[in-house]
Amino acid sequence: MPVTGTEMLITGADLVKAAAFIGAGISMGLGAIGPGVGEGMAAAKACEAIGRNPREAALLTRTMLVGQAVSESTGIYSLVISLLLLFVV
Amino acid sequence: MFEIDPQSLVKMAAYTGGGLAIGFGAIGAALGEGYAAAQADMAISENPKMAGEITRNMLVGQAVAESAGIFALVVAILLLFFNVANPNLANAASLLGAGLCMGLGALGSGIGSGMPAAETCRAVARQPRLSNRLLTVMLIGSAVCQTPAILSMVISLMLIFLNYGDASAIKAAALLGAGLCMGFGGIGSGAGSGHPAGETCKGIARQPGAQSLLTTNMLIGAAVCQTPAIFAMVVSLMLMFVNFGDVPLNPTWAAFMGAALSTGLAAIGSGYGGGMVAGASCEGIARQPRAVGNVTTTMLVGQAVAQTPCIFGLLISFVLMFKMFPETAALSPSMALLSAGICMGFGAIGPGLGNGMTAEGAVRWIARNEEDTGLLMRIMLVGQAVSQSTAIYAMVISLVLIFVI
Repeated sequence: MPVTGTEMLITGADLVKAAAFIGAGISMGLGAIGPGVGEGMAAAKACEAIGRNPREAALLTRTMLVGQAVSESTGIYSLVISLLLLFVV
Repeated sequence: MFEIDPQSLVKMAAYTGGGLAIGFGAIGAALGEGYAAAQADMAISENPKMAGEITRNMLVGQAVAESAGIFALVVAILLLFFNVANPNLANAASLLGAGLCMGLGALGSGIGSGMPAAETCRAVARQPRLSNRLLTVMLIGSAVCQTPAILSMVISLMLIFLNYGDASAIKAAALLGAGLCMGFGGIGSGAGSGHPAGETCKGIARQPGAQSLLTTNMLIGAAVCQTPAIFAMVVSLMLMFVNFGDVPLNPTWAAFMGAALSTGLAAIGSGYGGGMVAGASCEGIARQPRAVGNVTTTMLVGQAVAQTPCIFGLLISFVLMFKMFPETAALSPSMALLSAGICMGFGAIGPGLGNGMTAEGAVRWIARNEEDTGLLMRIMLVGQAVSQSTAIYAMVISLVLIFVI
């Protein structure tokens, strides 16, 4: 049953779409905070470790990138959920 | 349904805004002052003979941190007793926006100003004869930390006193957005610029000969760390003064709110991240004054990368403000635009902080191990690029929400 507001015509399907859009924004927005901070921590410590022991730079960089890739995964989950909310659901 | 007369609506907004202004505004100043007092006690226990000097420095530092709280109190009192001549929806929105703007904007500056006050107390305990020099540097540093609170006060007074001559519902959304944007946008820069100021006070006690190098570096670092707050001010001023012409209420109101949240929230991460980098560079110069060239250069590169998430936020804000959206009777197109702003704003916080942490680590170790500057700079940029990726995902989702949906 449509509900008319002042200038709006809101139906059930429209409300569902609106909620999906807001959900997509919140999912990607909040989901990006953790990986951003986590990867920054990993990189900061990698810089420290290379500063202490520059000869192991290659090993340390590789470890940093592996660690960051794992930390990135939750960001990618958020991206997937956002895209599902936008295009599939 | 019930109807509210415009006079009551404006009063409601003003009283809510007043509460929010001093409610949020009191948090930062109190935290900063508490931290200063805690460190002053530690300092006195270290060197009880200097108790008088330390207490003086603590009180002066706390007074500066308090100013953010006092700005909030002034705006709250104004909102409580301000009478609007010609009450309408836009007035109500601008008063609520003014309260939010001042309250949130004072949060960061209060916390930031506490840091130099605290470090000065510790430094005086270690180097009693430098007490006066430390006091001067502390005052300069904490004055810079107050910038975002002052910008917020300016925007909030403009929201209260200026007459926009346009009482439409769109103007109401734009004015509320202007307040929110500057309020959120000041948090990161205010708290972040406390780091260089605090580390400079600490560094002068460690290396008194490097005072001028440290003060210069502090000012450069803290100035760059104000950029996100200034981006937020630019968006606020645009929302207040640009004439957007004859745009449809729905979905433009949501585009304006989205534009405000995008830059405002994005500025939190970049502002604080930039401050962490500047703090590490001041610490590094105090440890190794010879390394000043490489340390300052890396600081600037690191800060520039830490600003990018906020620049993405600014970009999304501009798109939301200036793209013309077709009129619609449905709710979902509006929510897509609001969501685009929320997505980019929150999504930029993490990468901004992460980029700042990475550069903090690199700058700190370049000061200790200058021969490996090139290697550390390279690793810093790789690490920052990875940390940036989630901000880019957020930007992609925002652009999809704006252009594809």
